[in-house]
Amino acid sequence: MLNGTEDEEKWLAEGIAGIQHNAFYMHRALDSNNLREALKYSAQMLSELRTSKLSPHKYYELYMRAFDELKRLELFFKDDSKHGVSVVDLYELVQHAGNILPRLYLLCTVGSIYIKSKEAPAKEVLKDLVEMCRGVQHPIRGLFLRSYLAQISRDKLPDIGSEYEGDADTVMDAVDFVLQNFTEMNKLWVRMQHQGPGGVREKREKERSELQDLVGKNLHVLSQIEGVDLEMYKETVLPRVLEQVVNCKDDLAQYYLMDCIIQVFPDEYHLQTLETLLGACPQLQPTVDVKTVLSRLMDRLSNYAASSTDVLPEFLQVEAFSKLSNAIGKVIEAQLDMPAVGAITLYVSLLTFTLRVHPDRLDHVDQVLGACVKKLSNIPKLEDSRAMKQVVALLSAPLEKYNDIVTALTLSNYPRVMDHLDIGTNKLMAMVIIQSIMKNNSCISTADKVEVLFELIKGLIKDIDGADVDELDEEDFKEEQNSVARLIHMLYNDEPEEMLKIICIVRKHTMVGGPKRLPFTVSSLVFSALRLLRQLQGQEGDIVGEEASMTPNKIFQLLTQIIESLSAVPSPELALRLYLQCAEAANGCDIEHVAYEFFTQAFLLYEEEIADSKAQVTAIHLIIGTLQRMNVFGVENRDTLTHKATGYSARLLKKADQCRAVYACSHLFWVDDQDGIKDGERVLLCLKRALRIANAAQQMANVARGSGGPVSLFVEILNKYIYFFEKGNKQITSSAIQGLIELINTEMQSDSTNPDSVADAFLASTLRYIQFQKQKGGVMGEKFESIKL
Amino acid sequence: MNFLIGAFKPACNISITFSDGKSRKQVPMKKENGKTIMVSLFQSKESIAGKVSIEPLQGKKIEHLGVKVELLGQIEMYFDRGNFYDFTSLVRELDVPGDIYERKTYPFEFSTVEMPYETYNGANLRLRYVLKVTVSRNYGGSIVEYQDFMVRNYSPPPSINNSIKMEVGIEDCLHIEFEYNKSKYHLKDVIIGKIYFLLVRIKIKNMDLEIRRRESTGSGANTHVETETLAKFELMDGAPVRGESIPIRLFLSPYELTPTYRNINNKFSVKYYLNLVLVDEEDRRYFKQQEIAIYRQQDS
Repeated sequence: MLNGTEDEEKWLAEGIAGIQHNAFYMHRALDSNNLREALKYSAQMLSELRTSKLSPHKYYELYMRAFDELKRLELFFKDDSKHGVSVVDLYELVQHAGNILPRLYLLCTVGSIYIKSKEAPAKEVLKDLVEMCRGVQHPIRGLFLRSYLAQISRDKLPDIGSEYEGDADTVMDAVDFVLQNFTEMNKLWVRMQHQGPGGVREKREKERSELQDLVGKNLHVLSQIEGVDLEMYKETVLPRVLEQVVNCKDDLAQYYLMDCIIQVFPDEYHLQTLETLLGACPQLQPTVDVKTVLSRLMDRLSNYAASSTDVLPEFLQVEAFSKLSNAIGKVIEAQLDMPAVGAITLYVSLLTFTLRVHPDRLDHVDQVLGACVKKLSNIPKLEDSRAMKQVVALLSAPLEKYNDIVTALTLSNYPRVMDHLDIGTNKLMAMVIIQSIMKNNSCISTADKVEVLFELIKGLIKDIDGADVDELDEEDFKEEQNSVARLIHMLYNDEPEEMLKIICIVRKHTMVGGPKRLPFTVSSLVFSALRLLRQLQGQEGDIVGEEASMTPNKIFQLLTQIIESLSAVPSPELALRLYLQCAEAANGCDIEHVAYEFFTQAFLLYEEEIADSKAQVTAIHLIIGTLQRMNVFGVENRDTLTHKATGYSARLLKKADQCRAVYACSHLFWVDDQDGIKDGERVLLCLKRALRIANAAQQMANVARGSGGPVSLFVEILNKYIYFFEKGNKQITSSAIQGLIELINTEMQSDSTNPDSVADAFLASTLRYIQFQKQKGGVMGEKFESIKL
Repeated sequence: MNFLIGAFKPACNISITFSDGKSRKQVPMKKENGKTIMVSLFQSKESIAGKVSIEPLQGKKIEHLGVKVELLGQIEMYFDRGNFYDFTSLVRELDVPGDIYERKTYPFEFSTVEMPYETYNGANLRLRYVLKVTVSRNYGGSIVEYQDFMVRNYSPPPSINNSIKMEVGIEDCLHIEFEYNKSKYHLKDVIIGKIYFLLVRIKIKNMDLEIRRRESTGSGANTHVETETLAKFELMDGAPVRGESIPIRLFLSPYELTPTYRNINNKFSVKYYLNLVLVDEEDRRYFKQQEIAIYRQQDS
């Protein structure tokens, strides 16, 4: 047995053969001007179209064959010198055919010539044709017949300015004709669903959608009629088309036709008939995808609005927004089981529309969001990922439009919509908001807005109940928190008072973030506060008096608290760095006790919390560096701190680290400033101590590995010597340098088995430097003269 | 024209011509042998005049007992072949007994002949008009010649011509309402109408309108009825739904119809019916037959 498609192929082939066979005899009759034979064979040829066995797709192929032949026949009919029969008689003659389908095809063909001959008004002929076609009630055959009728009549409608224009109301006749044909075609098309070629529903729907353009074509023709002006469209065309659409009660047809209406007629017509068009939407079948229809309408209108600013008043005049908004409300109300994603998609479209058309009306935006919140609040939990995506789109739209989060922050419903997102999406949205701020470099400058903003992005700020912590992706989390950190820098106000408030709010929010987030946010916050401090300093003098509440002391207190929060993490390294930063800031503010306090904290951390040796090395160098720059301390405090620093340096784990830290400490006693401390003696002490440690390291290396240790330590110390020598430290003499160089050379030679190219190069360039200084002459040259190389 | 030549070698040629033969309308007529010949057309109360000419064969003379021409209106039943029933019989004596030596022409005339019935060629009978010329002889038999002609009678348009409108149906299955614009149609008329579907619960495949001719002969127990479908005209293709209205426009001219004949000379009747047939997908037929009257209208 053949299967379905093979059968169909066979039937199609048979049909085509039948057409070709009869067409051959028809051509012969045409060539010999034999009308009777021509009618006979053309009718037989057209009888092939009576088949019920073909799917629409295959039937179309057959139809096209016949269509081509009918064009030949039409030419013959047109030339009455060939057959000698008047067109009126011909019109009767073709109706003698016994089978209806061939009869009507022939009638349409002659009808087209009849109209052209102008022997009868076009409208009469058209009316007759469209009426007679009722005889074919088979969906597929009827659709193709009527589509043939539409095809041959397209250029013969009694339109305004057409040569077939009749007297009064001529356009109406054209419109009536097309509308009637449209209505009948749609009925046939809808009927296919119930009685068309059998099979499963999907197959039928697929077949139907293959035919949809035949129906839609009529609407296209309507839109092409010159005489259909706004008035007529409003009064006649649209109501009648919609009547048909609503009454056919078929979801496929309703969806397609609504879309068709929206696509084929001009924008300004839609604008002026919004009420009617929208009024039809709630009447559609519940299964119709109204949201897409409305979305497309709104897209079109949005584009129209965007096309020219001249049309905007029109939008206002017809109150497009409120009409659309109402319509959406009604549709959502009417279609109770519409999934959330549908409703939200609608809101997204409406939002896009209003953003394009009324960018100045924030209340509209808020209204849309409000409506969405209302809808969402009826749904216990939004779990559909597509719906979620739409909500994100909804929330992103205003951000994109206004390029300014500040605007979004004034929308009271914005955070309420966000509340309905699931945790992941909420975070995603928060990221979008932050990115928007970054991209546009928008500065959030009031405490209130900051409060709202942090409310919006709270998903990033703290753990939300029920969130599955395990699922967190480490990298995502880092990125999120980095973004938050960046965001904190975008919050800025020139007014210190306000800025302080902002900082307090941010602190309030970030402090609840838990140990994982704090390391990211705290540093931003600290630096933000430090900036405020500098700001305050810049304005010092003129404000300090009246704003007693705003003292650097208070800010430092705040800073201390902020940094202390890190102890919960714990993240001593970071805290230490921050303390040092604060100390430096205090130094800038000239507040000795605060600076001292910060150092105390830093040392405490160093002692109690930093256990890792590498971290210790880094920390001690940081401490030394910061301390070196301090100028606020009195002798006593300074001594205490430097003493501590030097002490810790010498107690590092590795000798090399000890050595380096100690020689770094030498700088604590020699600040190369105008009034900086210059204690040459203690510098020398440090350097000597460093040398001792280097020696010790060398010996330990010998013992342990049987070879020399790092010569580079000596070279490094040599560089320090040279530095201080240059800076004029009297305690550093050329002979000391001389001695050190010799020491190094000796070490190098003794360690020839294990040449250290880095150290070699370092030494060589150091020596070259000395050479260079010698040759330069002048004061410096004289100083170096005594060093022999 | 004389088909007896050769068979019996008749002694003479007889020809019958109508005096207005050249101007009179000729119409085709089917002979029994299947051939179609053209014959003159008359209607009732016309005068039928013409000439009969008798031409003896070369060098022969015809002795006869008189020459006459008859105008016969006959009904012939096919089941009783050869038996003619003459409902009209008119005679004109053309010549007294004597001899014919050469071609001789006799004029004749039947004035204002009542020919109430039309020539008709049916399934079981025919009605014909014929001119019969008889040359009576003593021996050798009489020489007879026939000339057919045709009669058609025209009716004025009926003064009352109501439309046919009817609602029919099968309960809970199919209800339709149909309308034909007239009950009486002339031969070149057009049947206009529509079928309105009130209820459709069956899957209809198509719908045809048939023109049926019902020819009944005889009477009483011997009545013989023959029904022929002359036209089968597809009105609708596919299955309609409730509320559909299907137009009818059927031109009668292409079909070989005759007027309705009612009880012609108590011998036969010919009636016409419109038969509306609906066929469903199981090829079941649902039909409703309605008689229509057909009349012949004078061509304008």
